[in-house]
Amino acid sequence: MAVKEYTGVKKAYGPLIVLEGVKGAAYDELVEIETEGKKRLGKVITIDRDLVIIQIFEGTAQLSLPSTKVRFTGKPLEVKLSPDMLGRVFDGLGRPRDDLGEVVASEKRDINGLPMNPYSRVYPRNFIQTGISTIDALLTLIRGQKLPIFSGNGLPHNELAVQIARQSTIKEGEFVVVFAAIGLKNSDVHFILSSFEETGASKNIISFLNLASDPVVERIATPRVALTVAEYFAFDLGYHVLVIMNDMTNYCEALRELSNYRGEIPSRKGYPGYMYSDLATIYERAGIIKGKEGSLTQLPILTMPNDDITHPIPDLTGYITEGQIVLSRDLHMRGIYPPINVLSSLSRLMKDGIGEGYTREDHPNVASQLFAAYSRVQEVRSLASIIGEEELTDVDKAYLRFGEAFEKQFIKQDFSENRNIEQTLDLAWKMLSHLPEEELTRVSKEQMDKYLKKVK
Amino acid sequence: MEAKVVKINGPVVIAEGGNFVMNEMVRVGNLKLIGEVIGLDENLATIQVYEETSGMKVGEPVEGTGNLLSVVLGPGMIGNIYDGIQRPLESVEKLSGGPFIQKGIETFPLDTHKRWNVEFLLDVGDVVNEGQIYAQVREGAIVHKLMVPYGIKNKKIVEKMEKPELTVKDYVYILEDGTKLGMYQTWPVRIPRPVKKRLPESIPLITGQRVIDTFFPIAKGGTAAIPGGFGTGKTMLQHQLAKWADADIIVYIGCGERGNEMTEVLTEFPELQDPRTGKPLMERTILIANTSNMPVSAREASIYTGITIAEYFRDMGYNVAIMADSTSRWAEALRELSGRLEEIPAEEGYPAYLASRIAQFYERAGYAETLSGERGSVTVIGAVSPPGGDFSEPVTTHTKRFVRCFWALDRDLAYSRHYPAINWNTSYSGFIQDLRAWYSENVDEKFPKYRDKAMSILEEDGKLQSIINIMGEDVLPDSQKLVVRVARMIKVGILQQNAYSSVDSYCPLKKQFLMLKTVIDFYERAKEFVEKKVAMSVILREDIVSKIMRMKEEAKTEEDIMEVYKLVQEHFKSVEEKYKE
Ligand SMILES: Nc1ncnc2c1ncn2[C@@H]1O[C@H](COP(=O)(O)OP(=O)(O)OP(=O)(O)O)[C@@H](O)[C@H]1O
Ligand SMILES: Nc1ncnc2c1ncn2[C@@H]1O[C@H](COP(=O)(O)OP(=O)(O)OP(=O)(O)O)[C@@H](O)[C@H]1O
Ligand SMILES: [Mg+2]
Ligand SMILES: [Mg+2]
Repeated sequence: MAVKEYTGVKKAYGPLIVLEGVKGAAYDELVEIETEGKKRLGKVITIDRDLVIIQIFEGTAQLSLPSTKVRFTGKPLEVKLSPDMLGRVFDGLGRPRDDLGEVVASEKRDINGLPMNPYSRVYPRNFIQTGISTIDALLTLIRGQKLPIFSGNGLPHNELAVQIARQSTIKEGEFVVVFAAIGLKNSDVHFILSSFEETGASKNIISFLNLASDPVVERIATPRVALTVAEYFAFDLGYHVLVIMNDMTNYCEALRELSNYRGEIPSRKGYPGYMYSDLATIYERAGIIKGKEGSLTQLPILTMPNDDITHPIPDLTGYITEGQIVLSRDLHMRGIYPPINVLSSLSRLMKDGIGEGYTREDHPNVASQLFAAYSRVQEVRSLASIIGEEELTDVDKAYLRFGEAFEKQFIKQDFSENRNIEQTLDLAWKMLSHLPEEELTRVSKEQMDKYLKKVK
Repeated sequence: MEAKVVKINGPVVIAEGGNFVMNEMVRVGNLKLIGEVIGLDENLATIQVYEETSGMKVGEPVEGTGNLLSVVLGPGMIGNIYDGIQRPLESVEKLSGGPFIQKGIETFPLDTHKRWNVEFLLDVGDVVNEGQIYAQVREGAIVHKLMVPYGIKNKKIVEKMEKPELTVKDYVYILEDGTKLGMYQTWPVRIPRPVKKRLPESIPLITGQRVIDTFFPIAKGGTAAIPGGFGTGKTMLQHQLAKWADADIIVYIGCGERGNEMTEVLTEFPELQDPRTGKPLMERTILIANTSNMPVSAREASIYTGITIAEYFRDMGYNVAIMADSTSRWAEALRELSGRLEEIPAEEGYPAYLASRIAQFYERAGYAETLSGERGSVTVIGAVSPPGGDFSEPVTTHTKRFVRCFWALDRDLAYSRHYPAINWNTSYSGFIQDLRAWYSENVDEKFPKYRDKAMSILEEDGKLQSIINIMGEDVLPDSQKLVVRVARMIKVGILQQNAYSSVDSYCPLKKQFLMLKTVIDFYERAKEFVEKKVAMSVILREDIVSKIMRMKEEAKTEEDIMEVYKLVQEHFKSVEEKYKE
């Protein structure tokens, strides 16, 4: 296809430029912009007769109107795909960032992908053992699930993500990890990559890095580039792929910035009204497909501004993902790692992936009992803070003891501690043994006989 | 003159030239994407395109079809899964050549090869009228009735099809004016299908969910909203209703929600049996899936596609229930399109017509006498997803104005794993009075009274809880402690209902009543002894309380509940004897 080149950019504002007299531009097509020998990439976001608005991924800094050349490529933004990408490091648009040279691509694909047909999906139900008790017992991760970590600034989400990625095992062996850094600080990226290197896992990782100092608009593309590659490894090559996207808050802020420049009417807190749909085109790319070997599991990470779970970023994410792992500043300050707030966390897919034939027969009831008991602990604690611990009934005092043990022995776990599901469930029974048997209404008599005796 | 694209802004395209009418379905661009004309201004037409427009160029052609955006109504819909503009997703998979949905796919909504065994109900010489049933076929769990299209009045049949094994493309009869009565008809989705007369709603839709049937019931033909923040249980509740509600047909619309939730229905429903017909649940279910990653404008249409299909089955005289998960995503689609049209927004960016659109949607529910004289209903149950779980936002507040049941899901209840997390203080049903007579006649005379008593215990408990939160339970006199303990029995023993339980997922009405009776009669007896100053620990004997709390799971039959009931009576007898001494 003949590539058309234009000069005479009329206007530049924020990351956008306006061009007139254009013929045959296609909506959403990739554009190359050249100013004084420097190349940038952009895409067409509005066409009105011969007037075209282009969004530039690298921004418009130092762009001069008369000397800028714009070339329409006739294609959407694509990423090169090859099995040789394993172990490589790329930038936020999928260009090599290590010094191993260009990827010899077997094919190229539009980073936006296409919507997965719900009819073609397979309902996910295979347990992933992360070796982290809280997750395995109460927030079970399922292959093909999208389960985000809702964190806060300074909380150890990077550690948790690394631990999950390192320890996760499935019957079929190891995961391929696709890591998308979205506006991350160099130190965070360094921590994550070097943690993988230490365990020799880095040959199984493909990284796409958009650092805090990299162009903001590029962040719109980074998760999509990463997911296109992840889909290729999962559904073309048949790998089980775990995608870590960190930090989706930076992605959403880039989206807001762009929306602002486009003069769109904002919805809550200045974020665009289409942010839900936009995020869905990212998160819904997780899953399993009929007749395909692999799977795509997503572990997005976001930091909740002001630890506020009702902020649009965690809120809209929670409306799309299949649950959430919420980190608690309170537990973190009390020295408990991983500081997972069990009650506000949820895994929606665990119900079909646990129990007999999946994990252990007592798992669903034990989980339900732990949730119920720990939620009672909260009530007892707030009561104790008012009337004093001594005034509590014996049963309530037992709940306090259970709560302490649960947090310090069950939730708390070392960064390198890997517990299998048997150990985790036995430990759960040990925690429950702090409570009078009459209180254990969610487990069956037989289960009590079988497991409670064992730990007592 | 041929129309050409002059402007592209996401799913909104402007075409110049052409001779379109409002709401006409059009084919846009070289890929012939499906679109609908939503605005006309001199020779410019604003078009809402139901597929992604990336790659489209100025100058590409736009063709009119002469039809309004419509659905095809006939045998073959039941058990099917469609996208928001009624394309069968199975065909879409085939035509896309894989699991990812390609653009510009055109496919007929009904299976054109399948042969149906048609029962002819009329003969040559008979005169037909709109709405009249002229033939029928067996489909899934029901008899699919073929109805004379609207607008045909007093026409004589002059020809009848010879063979009985017909495909949907065949005709059944030919009328005197040459009109063919076929196997299917079409209807424009944005226009409600007419009925003869609206009737008052007085029969409950039985759902098997105690918090609904017992506490906040809905009538057949009624409307309900399920508002709640993420993860509070809207979808679970809608799935439970789709499984167990005593409707003849279920239309389930996944509107801007998760793909896996539709897959779940697709894998689970064929395996589950409808307790009333013994047939797989899928044989009464129609799915519309326009998931969150599918085009936004088709999401806007999906609600109308679904309700039009529901009305069609109502017109045959069936009770249809439609679940829309989530109406907030539909409202957001409206907002997004409105923004692209540069309309002046009202609250939070939503267009000023949001309220009237919500009203029009829920107005299509109702219990009615159909054109053919049958009685049928459409019950509408819509999930609402308020941002931040805050019910003061526009979609929740407007929806509240137009529905009669409000099942408010509560984040705190969900966090403490009280499911279904329907808050009994903020929820309501506008049907309680209308349905009293039905419950008294069909379940038990005392049902309404027991229900009211349970509600008043919960209410009093609500007040006492605020005291307990400050001073602890010990400061309360025994009479109030009893209220708190019985309220706990109601909350844990009755209101909580585990959807995954093999025993308790569905609770028959009779069992609901007996459970309620057991708890309330326990309360009344216990009260007597509290007045006589019997110790609480004696009255609330641990094993008895535990039996009551566990009866939902452990008492599998009515007799089992009566066993518990007897135990309670015996317990009080022994308390009485001890007290006498
Ligand atoms: N006072 C502290 N006590 C214990 N651990 C801490 C403390 N401060 C920081 N950390 C640990 O150091 C890690 C990195 O902290 P860092 O200073 O990078 O946080 P930050 O820059 O505030 O957060 P972010 O990078 O997410 O914006 C955290 O994950 C946390 O586990
Ligand atoms: N009746 C119930 N029994 C058991 N578990 C339930 C019940 N209702 C809800 N849950 C639990 O709550 C979780 C979340 O429910 P659901 O997916 O229906 O939430 P939602 O309100 O639809 O959320 P979203 O708005 O994000 O779609 C379920 O995965 C399940 O674990
Ligand atoms: Mg940090
Ligand atoms: Mg839902």
